[in-house]
Amino acid sequence: MSDLKVQIKNLYKIFGKNPKSMVKHVEGGMSKPDLLKNHGHVIGLNNINLDIPAKGIQVIMGLSGSGKSTLIRHINRLIEPTAGEMIVDGQDVLTMSPDALRDFRRFNASMVFQKFALLPHRTVIKNVLYGLEIQGIEEKEAMERGQKWLERVGLKGFEEHYPAQLSGGMQQRVGLARALATDADILLMDEAFSALDPLIRTDMQNILLELQEELHKTIIFITHDLDEALRIGDNIAILRDGAMVQTGSAQDIVLNPADEYVTDFIQDINRARVLELNSIMGKKPAKATALKLDKSMVIDVAMQELSNAKAKSATVVDGNKVVGSVTMDSMVQAIARPDGEVKGIDSYR
Amino acid sequence: MAEDSLIDWSKLTWIEPPVMGRQDLRDLKKGIDGSFRDFIRENGEWIENIFEPLKWILIKFEHAMVGMPWPLFLVIVAGLSYLGSRSWKLSLGAVLSFILIGWLDMWEGTMATVAMVSVATFLCIAIGIPIGVWMSRSDRVQGAIVPVLDIMQTIPSFVYLIPVVMLLGIGKAPALIAVMIYAIPPIVRLTNLGIRLVDKETLEAADAFGANKKERLFGVQIPLALPNIFAGVNQTIMMALAMVVIAAMIGAGGLGTPVLRAVNNQYLALGVFNGMAIVAIAIIFDRVSQAYGKRLQKHREGGHGV
Repeated sequence: MSDLKVQIKNLYKIFGKNPKSMVKHVEGGMSKPDLLKNHGHVIGLNNINLDIPAKGIQVIMGLSGSGKSTLIRHINRLIEPTAGEMIVDGQDVLTMSPDALRDFRRFNASMVFQKFALLPHRTVIKNVLYGLEIQGIEEKEAMERGQKWLERVGLKGFEEHYPAQLSGGMQQRVGLARALATDADILLMDEAFSALDPLIRTDMQNILLELQEELHKTIIFITHDLDEALRIGDNIAILRDGAMVQTGSAQDIVLNPADEYVTDFIQDINRARVLELNSIMGKKPAKATALKLDKSMVIDVAMQELSNAKAKSATVVDGNKVVGSVTMDSMVQAIARPDGEVKGIDSYR
Repeated sequence: MAEDSLIDWSKLTWIEPPVMGRQDLRDLKKGIDGSFRDFIRENGEWIENIFEPLKWILIKFEHAMVGMPWPLFLVIVAGLSYLGSRSWKLSLGAVLSFILIGWLDMWEGTMATVAMVSVATFLCIAIGIPIGVWMSRSDRVQGAIVPVLDIMQTIPSFVYLIPVVMLLGIGKAPALIAVMIYAIPPIVRLTNLGIRLVDKETLEAADAFGANKKERLFGVQIPLALPNIFAGVNQTIMMALAMVVIAAMIGAGGLGTPVLRAVNNQYLALGVFNGMAIVAIAIIFDRVSQAYGKRLQKHREGGHGV
């Protein structure tokens, strides 16, 4: 997680007849409704700044209309920005020549789409080979690589099927294999699992996490689903009305929501599955207890451990080092919603 | 009725539509005719030369077909029908139809008509698909070409026969051009439509993987537009066949000529036989090309639509 892979700097996207002339209004702080009312232009992205480290999963999250799909399309410039920079590996994608951009798309960044966007007239294996074909890779080698990726996503034996003959989950596996086959080190995933039903979605998340453990790609993952974001994101950025509201790790966002919008977002999540002992533990105990738990353990696992051991408290360790302690009480406190929400109308009765 | 109406319209002279002066109108028509004649006098020769290769292709093809031994032709028909439709029934029906046509002594006319329609269709595809692709890429081009296609499809064929005949006289080449003017609009329209209907997300995926314009066109747009393009080919064939009799008036030959003779002399049987031969060719071409078009969409089958 050391070096930066992608740097987004002062990125603006304004939709309308004359977007360039609107940048100064937006810079001056004009709101989305005002700009629409007075100038007939719509803000897509408003001064986005984001540093994305290499080899991690960066989640960009927001409700529909928040500009997240627009943002991801700026990374490979499927959408032209109104102003700003998009530095990938030290190079500004937004100033690349058409040829350089095409090469960037062929070799450096591949994409997975919400509605799969497979080529319906090609078989599954031919879909996986699509990027390799465009890269100009010789057929035999391409075939080997395509076959390998198809097996990795668990679709061996479906080579000669057409996409329409597969279920949604299987189609998206083809989409994932197609994107991975190009060996690009950036993977753009635009609501890649949103169209799938919950069980299949969890399945796909597992496949992605498993692959990532080995591949260490820079993954930029768009979603509107907070559970998904918390589950797979090393870093999470939250967008609202085209502006960045908060960036941070899952722990940061759950423990310190930046504003009411984020608070609303997180109020229904299962905190016990997100929060790690690390972020809730108390100070080091005077004497280490018998039960030792790793600092990256999430609360719901830790509670089980405590309950099984019939213990009241446990020592939190980082490897062999004692770093803190937790009690059943402190954990219950941590997973309770912040004040006022407990009596909220949407609590289960 | 006149006595029932409250107003006697005939008294209102101003209600007559305004008409150009008789003299002016005659001058206008004369002027147009004269300048077109002058245009032909000056340019007729090289225009005729342009169409020389067209005539050559058509005549060679027709000779080859008429000169072909009939069993060979039947084998080719059976083979092509089967390749197109993968249906033995259809291939057998096509062969039987052609045997019957030969039995009723319409073989030569039929060969000439099939040659004319084949060449016209081939040229329409060769010209029409690129125009359709061009239209699909620009709204302005589409805006300019659509009205031209509208005119080509609605103007009575006899009207454009006049300048074509004035330019090229009576013969195979003008007949072929007349057929093409009538038959080319569907292939152009449906190519344009088919490409415009290609799923935007699929195209975006091609872009995201770095496809260039050529790879987009031949790898995604045309393959996905093929069912529509093929519907256009089918329509073009049908329209070319519909022109057979009219084209015969300016020298196309083939099955249209006996039909015209039958109309002039009230030979019912001659007219019906030749008419039915045209129908038989139309049905064979239509069924085979439709079956082929359907096979192109094989990939759309399956339990999960997208």
